[in-house]
Amino acid sequence: MSESMVQIRSVTKIYERGKQKVEVLHGLSLEIPKGDFVALMGPSGSGKTTLLNLIGGLDQPTSGEISVGGHRIDQLSSGQLANWRAHNVGFVFQFYNLMPVLTAEGNVELPLLLTRLPAAQRKKNVAVALQVVGLSDRARHKPRELSGGQEQRVAIARALVSDPQLLVCDEPTGDLDRKTADEILGLLQVLNREHGKTIVMVTHDPKAAEFARRTLHLEKGQLLEQVAA
Amino acid sequence: MTKTGFVVANLFRKKTRTILTILSVIMAFLLFGLLQSLNSIFSSGADFIGATRLVTQARVSFTQPLPLSMVPKLETVPGVARVAYSQWFGGVWQENTQVFTFAVDPQRYHDVYAEWVMPEEQWKAFANTRTAMVAGKLVADKYGWKVGQKIPLSSNIYPQKNGSKSWAFDLVGIYDGSDENWKKQTNAVFINHDYFDEANQFGKGRANFYFLKLASGADAAAVTRTVDGMFENSPDETKTQTEKDFNLSFVKQIGDIGLIVRWILFAVFFTLLLVVGNTMAQSVRERVPELAVLKTLGFSDGSVLGFVLAEAVALCLVGGVVGLALATLLGAMVEKGTGGQFQLNVNGLIWAIGIVTILAMSMAVGLLPALRARRLKIVDALAGR
Repeated sequence: MSESMVQIRSVTKIYERGKQKVEVLHGLSLEIPKGDFVALMGPSGSGKTTLLNLIGGLDQPTSGEISVGGHRIDQLSSGQLANWRAHNVGFVFQFYNLMPVLTAEGNVELPLLLTRLPAAQRKKNVAVALQVVGLSDRARHKPRELSGGQEQRVAIARALVSDPQLLVCDEPTGDLDRKTADEILGLLQVLNREHGKTIVMVTHDPKAAEFARRTLHLEKGQLLEQVAA
Repeated sequence: MTKTGFVVANLFRKKTRTILTILSVIMAFLLFGLLQSLNSIFSSGADFIGATRLVTQARVSFTQPLPLSMVPKLETVPGVARVAYSQWFGGVWQENTQVFTFAVDPQRYHDVYAEWVMPEEQWKAFANTRTAMVAGKLVADKYGWKVGQKIPLSSNIYPQKNGSKSWAFDLVGIYDGSDENWKKQTNAVFINHDYFDEANQFGKGRANFYFLKLASGADAAAVTRTVDGMFENSPDETKTQTEKDFNLSFVKQIGDIGLIVRWILFAVFFTLLLVVGNTMAQSVRERVPELAVLKTLGFSDGSVLGFVLAEAVALCLVGGVVGLALATLLGAMVEKGTGGQFQLNVNGLIWAIGIVTILAMSMAVGLLPALRARRLKIVDALAGR
């Protein structure tokens, strides 16, 4: 686990809300090795989600450097960043964010529309991803026909289907009951331990953080300490 | 799943709304097709090809009758085989039922209009009875008229010499059409011009319309030029046209048909822009987080713009093409139903203009929501800002 997946150096992020400037991250530096499973914790407004967005290439830092998988993503244009995300990162959100008009397999196939894979290959990949999350029998169901836990499994399958090395998860169990949350976290653990995925997860839940290899605490835009699981 | 499938799935996320919007597009393009074809009928130039008869009337208006002394002059024009004439009588049956009534010279009319079929003895009775009337089969059937009946008609234009507007005619014949098309037009009544001319209080020796039966192989355009040239700069200048154009000229009296059509279409499309534009804007507004997720997954700003525009194009294209197809079908039905008298032909040019309009409308209704989708910042959209 020595090779770096994420390298963040002196990153500052300032948001402009009208005339007001809000500095959310203050010269933050961080390194996440390949195959790590990191939980980011901290109070509201501490900058957890901002940091996650920067790691996932959803936003750009105001200053500082961010490398993910060897790519300096802070130097990419909006179009290049979109292309980079398509091939390198999988996202899991608190509210699943599935397309309600598509079936489970349609949702999982969505990222593959950005590839040149033929339809038959896409179908195979989708079947594998749904199998990994244990939802092969719900492939033809639309999100409204699934439980919250099942929806989150579909979202994880969607994040996995293009085989990215990095998964970023924003409160993936925030909308689930304890039992279902533990199942989802167990699944993430399997993906980390057995499939070698590097996972960065934002959570408020200390029990969820226990599933990670280590926990990072943020407060007022700075890292406090690192706790190994 | 394909990108097209994704666009279609998004289009039908709210089925009722989409179907109602498509129906409004269908209605708009149905109107567009029919009104454009109507407009092209009125805006097309004179077509003399295949004309076997011409109609001459006063240049200013057909309401101004022309003297019967023109008949021998017209018959001298090369290519004219026979001339008939008719005068609008303005017949009213019973209380207030308008009956299309024309005073004609029976023999001349019979010679020029072989399409009106009636037993020869009834034609003779028409010619030989001063107070005679012949009615089209449709009129006779409608009012239950029988040959031998006395038919009282009043004229809203011509009183008799004694001042009475009530006239009485002897129904001596009922004519039919020679084929299906002409049978559909047997909705007029003819009276004897000689009697009308003598008995009415107003002008004598005049008629509104002169029907020129052309000799076989005659050049209709040349006859038109000769006739109108013959009476140019006289007190009775003429306008000669084909029967088809003559029939259309009645409708043209309503006003500038082209302008009316343009205004109706402007109102229809303006309303449509608001309806479809609102649908598209609403559709994008209510799925901002979904569009942000697409971008998160790696779809570029341009791809997201393309998805929204494709929805607008699909919405307008489906409605527009169905509307134009229905207009084509209805136009053909109207043409068949009127025996070819009213040729509502939704032709290739109208289709081409329609397709261009569909694409222009798609851009007009889709571009703003698509640009909004393109400009979405993922972080803000996911955070609901």
